[in-house]
Amino acid sequence: MNETSPTLQLRGVSKAFGSVQALQDVDFEVRDGEVMALVGDNGAGKSTLIKSIAGIHPFDSGEVLFDGKPVQIHGPKDAARLGIEVVYQDLALCDNLDVVQNMYLGREAHDVIFRLKETEMERRTAETLQTLAVTTIRSTRQTVATLSGGQRQSVAVARAVMWNSRVVILDEPTAALGVAQTRQVLDLVKRLGQQGLAVVLISHNLYDVFEVADRITVLRLGRVVGVFETAQTNQQEIVSAITAGKATKISGPGDAGVEA
Amino acid sequence: MSVAAPPEAQLAATGDVTVLGAARAYLEKVRAGDVGSLPVVFGMVIITIVFTAKVSVFFTAVNFNNLIVQMAPIALIAIGVVFVLLLGEIDLSIGFVSGLGGVAVAWFQDPGTGHHVPGGVAIALAIGLGALIGLFQGSFVALVGVPSFVVTLAGLLAWQGVIIKWIGSQATIGIQDKYVNDMANYFFTRTASWVIAAVISLGFALTTFAGLMARRRAQLPIGNPALSAIRVGFVTAVTFGVTAISNHDRGLSLAGLIVVAMLAFWTFVARRTTFGRHVYAVGGNAEAARRAGISVPFIRIAVFMISGAMAALGGVLFAARLGGVDLSVGGGSTLLDAIAAAVIGGTSLFGGRGRVVAALLGALVIRTIANGLGLIGSSSATEFVITGAILLAAVTLDTISRRRLERSGR
Repeated sequence: MNETSPTLQLRGVSKAFGSVQALQDVDFEVRDGEVMALVGDNGAGKSTLIKSIAGIHPFDSGEVLFDGKPVQIHGPKDAARLGIEVVYQDLALCDNLDVVQNMYLGREAHDVIFRLKETEMERRTAETLQTLAVTTIRSTRQTVATLSGGQRQSVAVARAVMWNSRVVILDEPTAALGVAQTRQVLDLVKRLGQQGLAVVLISHNLYDVFEVADRITVLRLGRVVGVFETAQTNQQEIVSAITAGKATKISGPGDAGVEA
Repeated sequence: MSVAAPPEAQLAATGDVTVLGAARAYLEKVRAGDVGSLPVVFGMVIITIVFTAKVSVFFTAVNFNNLIVQMAPIALIAIGVVFVLLLGEIDLSIGFVSGLGGVAVAWFQDPGTGHHVPGGVAIALAIGLGALIGLFQGSFVALVGVPSFVVTLAGLLAWQGVIIKWIGSQATIGIQDKYVNDMANYFFTRTASWVIAAVISLGFALTTFAGLMARRRAQLPIGNPALSAIRVGFVTAVTFGVTAISNHDRGLSLAGLIVVAMLAFWTFVARRTTFGRHVYAVGGNAEAARRAGISVPFIRIAVFMISGAMAALGGVLFAARLGGVDLSVGGGSTLLDAIAAAVIGGTSLFGGRGRVVAALLGALVIRTIANGLGLIGSSSATEFVITGAILLAAVTLDTISRRRLERSGR
């Protein structure tokens, strides 16, 4: 049926925190060059899903496939090695460090005695910001504390795409932004898709979703209640799925069931 | 090689590159709340003027050398404190860990105990013991999650007990070993002192120049060359000034050189290595650091090990200066002097902001006041009150500057 395997595919993944079943038997996929929106009400499991993909807290069960091959993600480094990058809602930037230092956080270029290669890092940061047309940042050596919300978002997105990443996950990238800055970020999201990246966009704002997404996955109470082609659906259908959708998959005879 | 300069190079070029422009940019930084080491330098000038006017022996070469040797142990301990504060943690055990370092070095070199160890090895063992204590305490903080305040408060009590038990009934251990005593009592010959000053100045100038050249080769903005030149000139002037004064007396002290070497080494670690970068990151936003794949527990434990090791090294110098250890070793104002030194020098208590050199600046302020008041003949009561007032002023300044920095963001 499908000519190529999805870039990232989850099959029947579950995750519980104590007695709370945050995710139950979830299937999810995203392909190269596609913007896949992930929507759902508060507590639907969106954040849990992306944190598990990023290796912050691994899935309890289920399969993760990358380019069709099963992979294990046990920590942030595993996810990064596969080319999965997450831009978190709270951006996960260090205010006391400058733009370059944040772009390379945890992955600093260094020589054999762990000496930092500052010039190389600064150069590549400037290049990356340029290719993403981020022009509002005055100096890459100013601390993130001095940047505006939109500038911080730009730094966070730039950090995600700098690493030859394959899958970029954006968690509510426009939530705290004004009109003009939202515009810039949405353009940036589209550009990422056009550059062949697999993009996962999490958003509460359906206008944003309908503008940039190719497909929409709807989560409700930890289960997938539908995957829609943006071109063949409308906001009303998505809203009713978010608020009252029924799980489309019954556990058992699915492909995940064979493993279990 | 690309011909076009990166966009920010052009932006930087539009900035003012004259010395006046640099001064203006610096003033702007100060106004935004980033005061750096300005208050300390200012304070030192005032302190020096006041004491020089009050007592004639204060501003003499002999007292200058004494001051450096008195300041050295506190500066070394405070270097460890800077790292701990960068994480936003605290280490209250450093006073008695330094005491343990002194006891260890005295005990190991003591021929009377029948296990005579060469001085150099004894020093290494003492530092190793400090690092081990740091590993122990840091593990509770990093792996179990016990607040560092409590872990090291427990350490403060426990290590004091260990010291009393270790020294035992004899109540003192004298230090006879030449190498250990030299740590605080050796002074270089005049010629050697000049050579050392030249090497330090040249080393600093070359490092600065190499940094500028690397940036130029990478076609990055090099900021203001005049400012770098001023910095090199300043360091050279201070180095040769200190040497000139010291040479009027016994020459440069080994203790002072140890402090300079440790400052250079730990500054390099903090600013130029991945480890140092991760320390700042964890101190700034531990959650962001964790998500970026940095091992936060490893960084925390390593920093407590640095703190323990530097405290022990400071303790070795203390013991060497006094020629031995007694039951009060590591007590008194050691702990508070060291923490106050790091804070007065400009290290933020809130984590993520500060430089290693703060340890030296703060220790200088505290020991100069103690030294000057001692010469005047004031009681230690006055010294406590004044040091307390300065500490409060430093932390208030830090708090205000942090609020201003937050407000100027955006």
